[in-house]
Amino acid sequence: MVENLKKIEKIINSELASKVQNSFIINEELSVEIDVNDLIEVVQFLKSNDKCKFRQLIDIAGVDYPEKEERFQLVYLFLSHENNIRIKIIIKFQSTHSINSLTKIFPSANWMEREVFDMYGVKFKNHPDLRRILTDYGFKGHPLRKDFPLTGFNEVRYSEKEKKVVYEPVKLEQNYRNFDFESPWEGTNYIKEIKNLEKDGKKN
Amino acid sequence: MVKKTKSLNLNFGPQHPAAHGVLRLILELDGEVVEKADPHIGLLHRGTEKLIEQKTYTQALPYFDRLDYVAPMNQEHAFALAAEKLLNIEVPIRAKYIRVIFCEIGRILSHILNVTTQALDVGALTPSLWGFEERETLMTFYERASGSRLHANYFRTGGVHQDIPVKLIEDIEKFCRSFPKIIDDLEGLLTDNRIFKQRNVEIGIVSKQEALDHSFSGVMLRGSGIPWDLRRSQPYEIYKDLDFKIPVGKNGDCYDRYLCRIEEMRESVKIILQCIERLPKGPIKSIDGKISPPNRDDLKQSMEALIHHFKLFTEGYRVPKGDVYTAVEAPKGEFGVYLISDGSNKPYRCKIRAPGFSHLQAMDYLIRGHMLADVPAVLGSLDIVFGEVDR
Repeated sequence: MVENLKKIEKIINSELASKVQNSFIINEELSVEIDVNDLIEVVQFLKSNDKCKFRQLIDIAGVDYPEKEERFQLVYLFLSHENNIRIKIIIKFQSTHSINSLTKIFPSANWMEREVFDMYGVKFKNHPDLRRILTDYGFKGHPLRKDFPLTGFNEVRYSEKEKKVVYEPVKLEQNYRNFDFESPWEGTNYIKEIKNLEKDGKKN
Repeated sequence: MVKKTKSLNLNFGPQHPAAHGVLRLILELDGEVVEKADPHIGLLHRGTEKLIEQKTYTQALPYFDRLDYVAPMNQEHAFALAAEKLLNIEVPIRAKYIRVIFCEIGRILSHILNVTTQALDVGALTPSLWGFEERETLMTFYERASGSRLHANYFRTGGVHQDIPVKLIEDIEKFCRSFPKIIDDLEGLLTDNRIFKQRNVEIGIVSKQEALDHSFSGVMLRGSGIPWDLRRSQPYEIYKDLDFKIPVGKNGDCYDRYLCRIEEMRESVKIILQCIERLPKGPIKSIDGKISPPNRDDLKQSMEALIHHFKLFTEGYRVPKGDVYTAVEAPKGEFGVYLISDGSNKPYRCKIRAPGFSHLQAMDYLIRGHMLADVPAVLGSLDIVFGEVDR
């Protein structure tokens, strides 16, 4: 299994030498990091090359690292039935960048890219139909970004008075308790924040 | 003179019995012929991936029951395997057998539901009445192992939650002996049924190339004649040692997919019987005290066990940095979990790859040019469950 991966890694590294930024095999899985602008050519190569034959796009996973300069990361998972091998293509980019769509090469990329757009707000160039897919009609924000709160902003209920479903800002009886396990004795984060505020208040 | 025609827009769902959940399908019709289908999904979106990012690995597991709620344990399996791969721990052999038994029960659960409701969609009521009786029996097996009929929460990183009673194994075996007869009965109702064939043969044909391009997996792929099953090609657990066949279709139409599902149920029964026959004795979860909680007796005796118990149920365990993709052959196709850990006790990112998502996406391509009445038939054969499509 690992030997096959090494073979494929070698082929990719020699054929696409200028495009591959980094490649590694961890946990018996092959990952290849490439530049955002080379995406189409690399995927085209992986699909059509006789030795690779990655003819199925399994999924596209977005990842958000808010503290990094290149904030977003997309992981494309491919599968080759002929060689029985999987590969991950990783691209990293800034939040303003828009990515080339793969819909021309893999029709199934359509909804996957829509999902990434919905969840992270990443834009895709030449996508035939870039709409939201999983969230509500008229939803604002991109829920899987790390700075989007878990509870969201709106809640819905049926209003007897207006005889329709109404949107209201979220009201919570109790804060979501996010325990900080790095220092279990100081309590939860929000208590620490309150304490810090009190301290600052005293100083002033 | 040219007659002007206007196409008709029809809104199918979101509350429609043949939509198999909350699917809103906007159809563009020319007479009775479908010109375009635009599925609107997300009406059951619960933000599973976001929630998992806030929970420890143990707490994240129950969310997987709620994805494809027709075969809960198959989903749990993918997540458990992903965490185990990152932690690099060994699962005891008995746990592997128990997992396989329950995954195959899940496969039968799902296939019964699909085959019988597909029949219901095209007008046959009896199969669903017969099939659901068997589903009920299977769900009591789930209940006796885990305590609940549907949302089992039974698998754990490193094994399963509890051992299964001897009587349960006997009852599962008894079921496996009698169940093939039920499949025969179902087949007697459907396989050669004129109406069922008229509604399904040569409807929704998928060619090999298109099945690949549209990211199909599972029965959708095998129905088109591609012999691909993760249990065989990338074996996990003990599937390597088991003897079973992979049914493959020929024409890639709805009828072939139905036949594949029927055959898969028979193979699942064989797998379960083999597992019961070989079921070894031994521990059912990892013996690493830092990952699996101590048993009740130790809790009263040993201070160390008490500390472990407290730490595991408050903080949970920490998973080494890294990312991993694991996939299992769920009843509906390849169900995968792409897990990124940042070394803390919570997943940094957990992307769930649901087979139904890609299958439903191809709805437009499958239904174009078919009649309106074929929509439920094609939808039924896609085996859609909205829990996993919407996540």
